[in-house]
Amino acid sequence: MKRAAALASVALLAFLHAPLLVLAAFSFNEGRFAVWEGFSWRWYAEAARDQRLVEAAGNSLWIAAAATLISTAAGTLCAWALWKRQSRLLTLGFSLSLVTPEIVTGVSLLAFFQWLFRFGGLQLGMHTVVLAHAGFCLAFVVFVVLARLRTMDASLEEAAMDLGATEWQAFRRVTLPNLAPGVVSAALLAFAISFDDYVITSLVAGVDTETLPMALYAMARRGGSPVVNAISTAIVALLGAAILAAEGLRRKE
Amino acid sequence: MNRLRCLALAPAAALLTATVGLPFLILAAYAFLSRGTYGGVALPWTLENWRRLADPLYAGILARSFLAAALATLLCLVLAFPLALSIARASRWKHLLLALVMLPFWTSLLVRAYAWMFLLRDTGLVNTLLMRLDLISEPLPLLYNWGAVVLGLVYAHLPFMVLPLYAALERQDPALLEAAADLGARQWHAFWRVTLPLAAPGIRAGVLLVFIPCLGTYLIPDLLGGGKTILVGTLIQNQFTTARDWPFGSAVSLALMAAVLVLLWLEVRRRKEPLL
Repeated sequence: MKRAAALASVALLAFLHAPLLVLAAFSFNEGRFAVWEGFSWRWYAEAARDQRLVEAAGNSLWIAAAATLISTAAGTLCAWALWKRQSRLLTLGFSLSLVTPEIVTGVSLLAFFQWLFRFGGLQLGMHTVVLAHAGFCLAFVVFVVLARLRTMDASLEEAAMDLGATEWQAFRRVTLPNLAPGVVSAALLAFAISFDDYVITSLVAGVDTETLPMALYAMARRGGSPVVNAISTAIVALLGAAILAAEGLRRKE
Repeated sequence: MNRLRCLALAPAAALLTATVGLPFLILAAYAFLSRGTYGGVALPWTLENWRRLADPLYAGILARSFLAAALATLLCLVLAFPLALSIARASRWKHLLLALVMLPFWTSLLVRAYAWMFLLRDTGLVNTLLMRLDLISEPLPLLYNWGAVVLGLVYAHLPFMVLPLYAALERQDPALLEAAADLGARQWHAFWRVTLPLAAPGIRAGVLLVFIPCLGTYLIPDLLGGGKTILVGTLIQNQFTTARDWPFGSAVSLALMAAVLVLLWLEVRRRKEPLL
């Protein structure tokens, strides 16, 4: 039985990894079709020459950077405040944000923004995408940072305050430096989640903003091309690096 | 709580209110309003949107979503169990094997769905290979059907099943199996009567972690089903985009959320500790 289970496990691991490995391999294929014709950077060069793709990648980077900054700052402060005192309402809110299907989050934000804009004359665009992304990254940041805080010794902060530091100084000079790996790891995670999102983004981006996943989706719907293989591989490499770095930091100590 | 900590909570509380709280209230209100002439919503208040959920067309979509999610969950359980068991009982490389399971999960869902399109489409790798080997003369219709959707769901959610199963199996004392063997139980017998019942909490958590995202899935049926397989996620998206019936879309969204929350509540109530 043990051997059968081991064999099934190897097959399953292959099932999990083969599709992405095959896709990555064929992104370096000289030819256009699913037949290997030789190694080439051709499709990466073609993607880099495509103005629409370059702009979409730029948008994605800006949005992910802004959403990461906002959610990491707000989330870290929030986790610190929740460290010593629970808030059932906030915990409920974060849990709700984590279990809501993406499509429901997307349409609820769309309905909310449209309702709001009746009074302000605003339009959907980059700013609504950044707000939406910061919102769904927040819960991840809070949980990652809170997990890190719970491994730390709360009495250090108290000692600092006994020695005359204000509560803010104690946070700034004692807790935050110790917390840094957790915060960076949360930020990398937020960046990856934001950069990768398609469903929510496509609903709140309006007509003039396109992100890389939106461009990728449109190309995939049309049947795909080797350029899509190249972009996909590049995205996986970028996100993979971010996640591995986040995991490495989380495991430290 | 002192002033500084209240102040520290404020940005997150504001962000949460603006992106979760208020949008939900709007959705809840829209679900009881009528459809406006140019899309959007209008008065009067009505229960019509909820009545339409019982329409055979929409009830059928909801039922199919449950069935597809249930089938994907069952397949995940059957496939993940041997893997989780092997990792839990491996003498070395446990962490490496777990990382290998989690790695694809952390890469883009969109890319992973596209990877299957690349394999399964008419000019994809599988059809190209089979045709080159002269096993078939024209491409098999592998993509844009229910099979492809369920395959995609299983592929995307398998890690959610492996992790809780592993956590439950890892805690099991190997001496229990030895005791069962000493008392005359054969391998299969011991598996059914000892390993499986003790893994029950892991199975329940895994089933929940797979079933819930599968139920609300949008991207996978959209890309791998090619619009021929309407599930509840696609229905919601349609109501807010092409059909422009926001009140009905809101009602479907709330119904989906209610299903998700009831499932979670059933599990949280059992384990008496937070799931998250």
